[in-house]
Amino acid sequence: MGRYIVRRLLSLIPVLLGVSIIVFFLVRLIPGSALQMYLGTQVETTPEQMEELKRIFGEDKPVPVLYVEWLGRVVKGDFGYSLRTSREVLPDILARLPLSIEITIFALILALVIGIPMGVLSAIKQHPITDVLIRIAGLLGLSLPQFWLASLMVIAFSNLRGWIPMGNYVSFFSAPLQNLKMLFFPSLAIGIGLAAVIMRYTRNSMLEVMQMDYIRTAKAKGLKKRVVIIRHALRNAILPVITVAGFNTGYLLGGAIVIEEVFALPGMGRLALYAIYQRDYPLIQGIVLLIAAMFVLVNLATDLIYASVDPRIRLDEKAR
Amino acid sequence: MVGARLKKNIIALTGLGIIAFYVAVIVVSLFWLPFDPVAMDTSHLLEPPAIATGHLFGTDEFGRDILSRIMQGCSVSLIISISATLMGAVIGTLMGIWAGFLGGKWDQWIMRVADILFSFPSLLLAIFIMGILGEKTYNVIFAIGIVYIPQFARVSRGAILTLKGNEFVRAAFSNGAGKSYVLFKHLLPNIMMPLIVQISLSLSVAILLESALSFLGLGIQPPYPSWGNMLSSARKFMMLAPWTAIYPGLAISFLVLGFNLLGDGLRDILDPRLRNVK
Repeated sequence: MGRYIVRRLLSLIPVLLGVSIIVFFLVRLIPGSALQMYLGTQVETTPEQMEELKRIFGEDKPVPVLYVEWLGRVVKGDFGYSLRTSREVLPDILARLPLSIEITIFALILALVIGIPMGVLSAIKQHPITDVLIRIAGLLGLSLPQFWLASLMVIAFSNLRGWIPMGNYVSFFSAPLQNLKMLFFPSLAIGIGLAAVIMRYTRNSMLEVMQMDYIRTAKAKGLKKRVVIIRHALRNAILPVITVAGFNTGYLLGGAIVIEEVFALPGMGRLALYAIYQRDYPLIQGIVLLIAAMFVLVNLATDLIYASVDPRIRLDEKAR
Repeated sequence: MVGARLKKNIIALTGLGIIAFYVAVIVVSLFWLPFDPVAMDTSHLLEPPAIATGHLFGTDEFGRDILSRIMQGCSVSLIISISATLMGAVIGTLMGIWAGFLGGKWDQWIMRVADILFSFPSLLLAIFIMGILGEKTYNVIFAIGIVYIPQFARVSRGAILTLKGNEFVRAAFSNGAGKSYVLFKHLLPNIMMPLIVQISLSLSVAILLESALSFLGLGIQPPYPSWGNMLSSARKFMMLAPWTAIYPGLAISFLVLGFNLLGDGLRDILDPRLRNVK
């Protein structure tokens, strides 16, 4: 297992390098340069002044050299300075990060809590109507735009005091209960899509497992139906569900961008939007890089969890 | 064979029916709209839906008819999501089938590029690209299309890998067929069905992505209507006039549902494993 983890960690290096190359060079695609953006259209510069400015901003070298220098700074935790506020980018991002992570985790928990039981209920088909209703709910969950759902929640529940954040955000550490109350609807709006995905995977996986011989054996032994379903079927059916949930966690982070905007929550997603609207490229670069790195790490963690639960994965690796 | 099963599959048929309805709306909107979708009418600001006024879905903050705007936004949404999905599908599939077919170094390099693109949450990547390229319609297509490249690369590579060891491939080679010929004439037609399922499901997500971009002000720009930017401007008035937010959202959800149903139905038809489970 140890060697497997090390190998997987090493395989991250080229992916992360590629991510950094994309983030760095995409910003270079901006018509004009970031420097021009920074100066705006009102400022007239002579070519000599421009050269001087380029030197000051460290833009006077060939692009590959600039990339290597930039990467060197990023690895040391220096993500550069905001074009708008001249503040260091990284501390500002890190200050906004906990809220986005909290919403993501909250949304993941809601998705699992809603998705798995619904999937099981749907698969065991005690009432055919329940199955149909749950499947329709699942399709709807996949089809509703998150930001629309969030807007509807604002319309419907704005009378519930303390439930809809709208600008008076309190952090978890200052008032935990109020904070959780406030983040419930935003997290639900993000989590419902994933709940639908989890429900559909749980259902399919349960249906497959329920056909297995060992389930028939368990039933024949005279075990209670509940025991068969939870201890025998669900335990085996849950594996692919965990993988799907893990791989989708990154998308929850993406969803947080829109939802934070709808509920006016001061998270990293709103910072990203602000940076895009303001054309604050160092800030955008920093946020995208950080989210992509987190995304890759979550995916790796999912793989490792899966491998540690299912011994067949590692056997396959050796056989190759 | 697929056609016959399609006729019996209620899920896929319902999906097709919904999509056909939207296509019909587009055709109608080319010739006739209840009102001019961009004409402002200060005497009918934020009017609730009513048959008497003729504004069946009400009016927005400029007195524009919401139904007409939804009808016109329909073609925008569909054209963008179809173009974006096709872009991702063509580039991604070409990458995937060559990677799977050639194997070795080529496979590693091509799939590594796909892995890297896969490391960005799709909405974040699309927002990032829009922020850099600027809010133009063709940039929206590009920003969404690029998100799909790795997905199609993976699906098509997997499908080619399972096929390329087959007898008919060796037979084609021993008949003297070249690599491109075997790949495009013998292998590609055989992986079309999983690709079509993927396309259908991608279309649904493309519509959601386009509406999210426009909602954030990074997609289609007003006054030209798109469902996303209608919802965006509705945000300021939705407490006062909920209909401005409800109908465009319903339009999105229903079309997305159509593509999801079609994709689900097609997958049921094509995946015999799930068919037995039913």
